[in-house]
Amino acid sequence: MRENNAAPAESEWLCAKCGLPLEVGKVDVGYLGSVFPVDLYRCTKCGQTFVPEELAEGKMAEVEKLLEDK
Amino acid sequence: MDQEELGKLEARCIQEQPPACAAACPVHVDARAMAAAIAGGDFTSAAKIYKKSVPFPGIISRVCDHPCQAVCRRRDAGDAVSVRALEKSCLDWAEQVRDTGFLPPAKNKRVAVVGGGLSGLTAAFELAKKGFSVEVFEKEGRLGGSLFRFSREQLPEEVIAADLQALDKVGVTIRLSVKVGEAISLESLCEDFEAVYLAPGEQPEGGLGLGLDGAGGWLIDPVTLGTTNPKVFAGGSVRRSTGNRSPIESIADGRRGAISIDRFIQKVSLTASRGGEGAQETRLFTSTEGLAPMGETAMADAAGGYSREEAVLEAKRCIQCQCLECVKVCEYLNSFKSYPKKYVRQIYNNLSIVMGHRHANKLVNSCSLCGLCREVCPEDLNMGLVCKKAREIMVEQGRMPPSPHDFPIRDMLFSNSEKFALTRPQPGTSASRYLFFPGCQLSASAPDQVRKTYAFLCEQLRGGVGLMLRCCGAPAEWSGRVELFSESFADIVSQWQELGRPQVILACSTCYEIFKTHLPEASVISLWEVLDRTGPPDGAGRGSVPDRALAVHDACSTRHEKHIHQAVRNILRRLGFEIEELALSGDKTECCGYGGLMFFANPELARSVIGNRIRQSDSDYLAYCAMCRDYLASAGKRTWHLLDLLFGAPQGGDAQRKGPGYTMRRENRARLKNALLEELFGEKPIGMEKYGGIGLRISDELRESLERRQILDSDIQQVIEFAESSGSKLRSSRSGHFLAHWKPAAVTYWVEYSEAEGEFIVHNAYCHRMELTEGNRRLG
Repeated sequence: MRENNAAPAESEWLCAKCGLPLEVGKVDVGYLGSVFPVDLYRCTKCGQTFVPEELAEGKMAEVEKLLEDK
Repeated sequence: MDQEELGKLEARCIQEQPPACAAACPVHVDARAMAAAIAGGDFTSAAKIYKKSVPFPGIISRVCDHPCQAVCRRRDAGDAVSVRALEKSCLDWAEQVRDTGFLPPAKNKRVAVVGGGLSGLTAAFELAKKGFSVEVFEKEGRLGGSLFRFSREQLPEEVIAADLQALDKVGVTIRLSVKVGEAISLESLCEDFEAVYLAPGEQPEGGLGLGLDGAGGWLIDPVTLGTTNPKVFAGGSVRRSTGNRSPIESIADGRRGAISIDRFIQKVSLTASRGGEGAQETRLFTSTEGLAPMGETAMADAAGGYSREEAVLEAKRCIQCQCLECVKVCEYLNSFKSYPKKYVRQIYNNLSIVMGHRHANKLVNSCSLCGLCREVCPEDLNMGLVCKKAREIMVEQGRMPPSPHDFPIRDMLFSNSEKFALTRPQPGTSASRYLFFPGCQLSASAPDQVRKTYAFLCEQLRGGVGLMLRCCGAPAEWSGRVELFSESFADIVSQWQELGRPQVILACSTCYEIFKTHLPEASVISLWEVLDRTGPPDGAGRGSVPDRALAVHDACSTRHEKHIHQAVRNILRRLGFEIEELALSGDKTECCGYGGLMFFANPELARSVIGNRIRQSDSDYLAYCAMCRDYLASAGKRTWHLLDLLFGAPQGGDAQRKGPGYTMRRENRARLKNALLEELFGEKPIGMEKYGGIGLRISDELRESLERRQILDSDIQQVIEFAESSGSKLRSSRSGHFLAHWKPAAVTYWVEYSEAEGEFIVHNAYCHRMELTEGNRRLG
């Protein structure tokens, strides 16, 4: 899965727990036995990740459907 | 589903059966395709279609005895399509295309044909095309045989000559004025040639020494045209009594004889797979209902035949026979743009894929399983059964995609949890002669009606009316989850047995079907039959319902329950309503879009199903299934539930009210149970989950998107509860909103929220099924 390459350099979201800004990093995203490393904003300390609505409703939904029919 | 089963199912769809015209034609001219091409002005393609089946097209287009026209379906509304005249017109008006056919290498095998009429020449032509070296022996001084019995006007000699040129092209040798039996014997032909085709028109005296039947005619096998001499085959008019000549049958015989001779020389079976030759019956059904009558197109020049324009008009009278009875009434079958024969094959292939994309998953899961296709199918093919079986196999193989059915299955599990499930005898009694089973969806849509109905039944019926709140298991059954269904239904059965096997009163048509199918030892009765017998409660009646006819929308799961249809109508009449019958009602009723979980697997399709249904009448609709009512009303159709007329609509709503959303549906069930526990059974209500105390504020606009995304308030509450207790959440540097996510089971929910006065304002929520790997986040 290729994802939000066009993500802005900085996210408006901070990790409320660690008080740190989120940074883009590889996060493993999996479904039905397939796993893809995806560039997502996440907290470098606790790993809390941000999935934007557009990604959930768009690419993720598409890939879910694809994997369900595979 | 194995290959054999597949074959049987495919065979029941008759859409690919030939049209009556092509079937009745002994050489199967595809008159339907030819007419379609002419109707589109494409005479060249039409000529190509025609010539493909007929070796001497000019002759046949003038003298064919056209058995096609006798069976033409157009005759139900006007004259048969003039197929023969159209054949001539496509030769007249086609662009002249050069014959690009090439011959196969010569086989160095010789075949003799006796008789230069249509049958013999057809055999000669077909065999020469296969590479045989063919000699035709004609007793007269010219070819054509009985063709010269037709008038010159009908069949000019130039036409015969032009058509017979085809024989030169394939290298047939012609021997004129040679009478077999006199100048040359059949025995010597048999010595010099590998095989002989006899087509002398009339049987020569003495019969050339071949075996005869009782009437003195040659013994000819109708399938192979073989005679008593294995090298000799015979056909054409000699097979028919004189006066019953048929040019097209002669051609068909010539072709049949050529096939036999080819097989004989190749030493392969003469009889295998020959069912398709010659005139046939077709199973193709074509409705001519509502077809406007149209007579034959007249010719300005009767001798010259149709002009281009006339031919187009005449070709347009062809109704392009096809069945599609099911596709015409089913939006599901229509939306996948094909027909069951193809669908069955696609589904079978889908089940057989080991690696690769399963393109037919959506096809399998979109069907409402309503069975209307079977009702209208001339061959009783039920795509619903095919799809249901396919779903069961997919579940068994572990290949069922999770997303289409996950939500309704969770809804079912909720209904069968302590939140809603409840089984009790009538308060103050221990025996139960009856058991009221209102169903999960009526309880979700109109809990008050359930309470009032139960009270009414307790008052009217003697012997104890038990109550069972839960889901009948339909979502598991529909989605192919056989095991889940069995487990869930086993609970129902054991509780029913504990209550002393009471008669079950069912308010939901689907529950009725499930009980009838899976608990055949129980006596089941629909609520409507009971209310038909007891009569309506006091005060029931017109109320706010306009003084107009109500169009009854029968539930698809009652399709074969005439007594239920009748009971509903009896109640309506007794309440003083005039009844309007929709075109598709009773055993031909349509599904509302909920059946088979269509709405969850394919919401766009379900919406168009609902849209089609509600356009069938301007009258208010009357449904007797909670989901039918809510789905029809969801698209803006004024729809009453029968219980609205008997006990009042929920919260003073009317036919226009939308059904409750997913959260409210669960809430309604839980509250109904608690209210009954407290009020009727004097028991403690079931407490809510810890997160249930989290107050939410949700705008109407967001509410709509939550419905579409199938996100419940309890999902949101769980996310907030997790975020607030663990501190694991994001904060926006812009708005100060929090964003948190939580995955209670298969779905990850995201909620953007802020806090105000001890409540949570929900700004957005969305979800996905893909799973994130997030290190130690959850450890807090």
